[in-house]
Amino acid sequence: MTENSHRWAMVIDLDLCTACQACVVACHAENNAATVGEEEVSKGRSLHWIRIERYWQGKGSHLKADFMPLLCQQCQNAPCEPVCPLYATVHDETESINIQVYNRCAGIRYCGVNCPYKVRMFNWFNPYFPEPLNEQLNPDVTVRTRGIMEKCNFCIQRIRRAREEAKADGLPVDKIAVQPACVQTCPTDALVFGDLNDPESRVSQLARSPRAFVLLEELGTQPSVFYLQRGDSHVSYE
Amino acid sequence: MSAMNEATGPVLSDVEGPAEMAAPVSQARAEEEYSHHLLLDPRPQEEMNRMVLESLQRTGREYWIVVAVLAVMALGGFVGAWIYQIRWGMGVAGINRPNYWGVFIANFVFWVGISHSGTFVSAILRVLGAEFRRPITRAAEMMTTVSLLVAVSFLGIHVGRTWRGYWILPYPNQRGLWPNFRSPFLFDEIAIAAYLVGSTLYLYLPLIPDLAMARDRTTGWRNRLYRAMALGWRGTEVQWHNLQRAIAVFAFVIIPVMFSVHTIVAWDFALTKVVGWHSSIFGPYFVTGAIFSGVSAVINVLFIARSTMKLHYFIREEHFDALAKLMLVFSFVWTYFFFTDFFVEWYGGHKIGHQITAIQTMGPMAPFFYAMLFFNIVVPCATLWSRRVRHSPVILFLIALGVNVGMYLERFIIVTGFLRRNDLPFNWGTYTPSPVEISISLGSLAAFLLLYALLSRLFPIIPVWEVREGQLAHTLRRFGRAWVPTIAELEE
Repeated sequence: MTENSHRWAMVIDLDLCTACQACVVACHAENNAATVGEEEVSKGRSLHWIRIERYWQGKGSHLKADFMPLLCQQCQNAPCEPVCPLYATVHDETESINIQVYNRCAGIRYCGVNCPYKVRMFNWFNPYFPEPLNEQLNPDVTVRTRGIMEKCNFCIQRIRRAREEAKADGLPVDKIAVQPACVQTCPTDALVFGDLNDPESRVSQLARSPRAFVLLEELGTQPSVFYLQRGDSHVSYE
Repeated sequence: MSAMNEATGPVLSDVEGPAEMAAPVSQARAEEEYSHHLLLDPRPQEEMNRMVLESLQRTGREYWIVVAVLAVMALGGFVGAWIYQIRWGMGVAGINRPNYWGVFIANFVFWVGISHSGTFVSAILRVLGAEFRRPITRAAEMMTTVSLLVAVSFLGIHVGRTWRGYWILPYPNQRGLWPNFRSPFLFDEIAIAAYLVGSTLYLYLPLIPDLAMARDRTTGWRNRLYRAMALGWRGTEVQWHNLQRAIAVFAFVIIPVMFSVHTIVAWDFALTKVVGWHSSIFGPYFVTGAIFSGVSAVINVLFIARSTMKLHYFIREEHFDALAKLMLVFSFVWTYFFFTDFFVEWYGGHKIGHQITAIQTMGPMAPFFYAMLFFNIVVPCATLWSRRVRHSPVILFLIALGVNVGMYLERFIIVTGFLRRNDLPFNWGTYTPSPVEISISLGSLAAFLLLYALLSRLFPIIPVWEVREGQLAHTLRRFGRAWVPTIAELEE
């Protein structure tokens, strides 16, 4: 760990999430993720870097829906990394983020197979941005071609920009404040982003909450995404 | 019979006795009795050479029609569909999330499995000194090389950016980046490259004396081809000595390579976190299945070659019988591994494991699952006990074809069935092969058959010198009043 290293992490409060999907839209806009259309989505080919998973509980009049926003968990021990023969998915030691190098990817999809969270998305066709979506492409982010894996990277373009600006202004780079698009957009403040290495940060405090847990902890992936939830029940809507 | 037996002198007389338990008492009767063994039924060397050379030239109208049909299927169904997929993207295949791997990987595993025939039949049986292998080694070795080529092409077909596929090759490159040696995919590539090189050389070495034989008896382009490839073979003692030594070394070296190849292919699955794949038994399970399907494929190919190339003298019922016994043994072993794997998955009580076994036994995979059990277990175990079945090439051909269908289904179930379920039920999915995938899969079969059909008319499919060597070693000898077959040790 270098002096400037961060361990970026996210806390998602399931008790606050209303499943409004604003984070999904914001992510698509920020990261130039193409919309693939209803037919392809029904085949399981969406390009949502963050998605709201919906689980039904109960039957009839007792039917409840549980929602869980899911994005790349930025595992510190990521199953996708060792299986890639091309180092297309590697660990960024400075930011502690699992990054995807689009140029290196040949589309073997081994990482997608080995990811237990199934958060890696594949470009099945060339991306298509219908009018007027093509006018709002983010110039900081590469548009991926067909045959490439992509996934959430905690809006690393924003992290890098903040780091460079802090350097240029002579400010300490370990105190930079960044928000990914999904966190920025969340209306209920259910998503919190920050540096886990800073014990005073809000994300550190929330991650120590008794309500906190990580997804599929038994697999030993050490995710950087923490979920908060009341001990006995899921968020539910009757 | 060969000259050796003449020294033993005339037989005393035909003495009456319990005929059913006694060995034949006259040389003529002994020769007749054992004449169904190729190695005890020698013919003049020139006649055998002629038979093999004639089989090479047996390219009638039917042959060219078959070749043309296969070429159209291979070009259209295989190459054409592949180009279409490269042009538009992997989306034209039926794969999706979470089923990131589909029939292309199943095909890859299947063709690598077929390639195990050559090494098993040729190298292992050679090392073990199984004499029945002699006329059938070449056919099996050719299958190894051709099926490996088809298998390697599926690695290219599978990747999303085929034009970047060469990046996986480990060589010092302008990108300044080595591939990731921790990736099982890279293990795969290294193992298969080693196996392809090794098995091609192992096919070539025993071919040299036969190429020289063909060189001396042909004219025109064939003569020029064989002359170049025979490397000046004249059959001197030094040459024979070196060749035998090289073959012996290669036979021993290629056996561990063969075991490693399919173990590593199995590790593609076993080293992941996918429930159902994450099984330590996958290595030997896959190797067994590979040899099982490989031996069956050898039976299929020998049957076709024997009838279309008129090789009834060389490929006899005894060879089908021996291969059928191997098939039976490997059916048992495969069954053992299959049930060990399946039972643990079911008994383990992991919820996703239960989902996967349910998909196989009751879900959309059930027809394939039960067909696999029928072809791989029920049919071989119920029929191959019978000597009459083992001696009937037609029935054996059908059984072996069934085993190959069953083994393909096994790979299909393992690759495409298990990915449907994972730890987060929101991401469960289903998978149906698209027309492009089906076209490429059938096209690959056509490409394999096409390459094999062309190679079988280009190079002698029967190793004449090995048969001849076996015939020299096998003699009938007289012990007391009885004539019994004996075998001499030819090795140094």
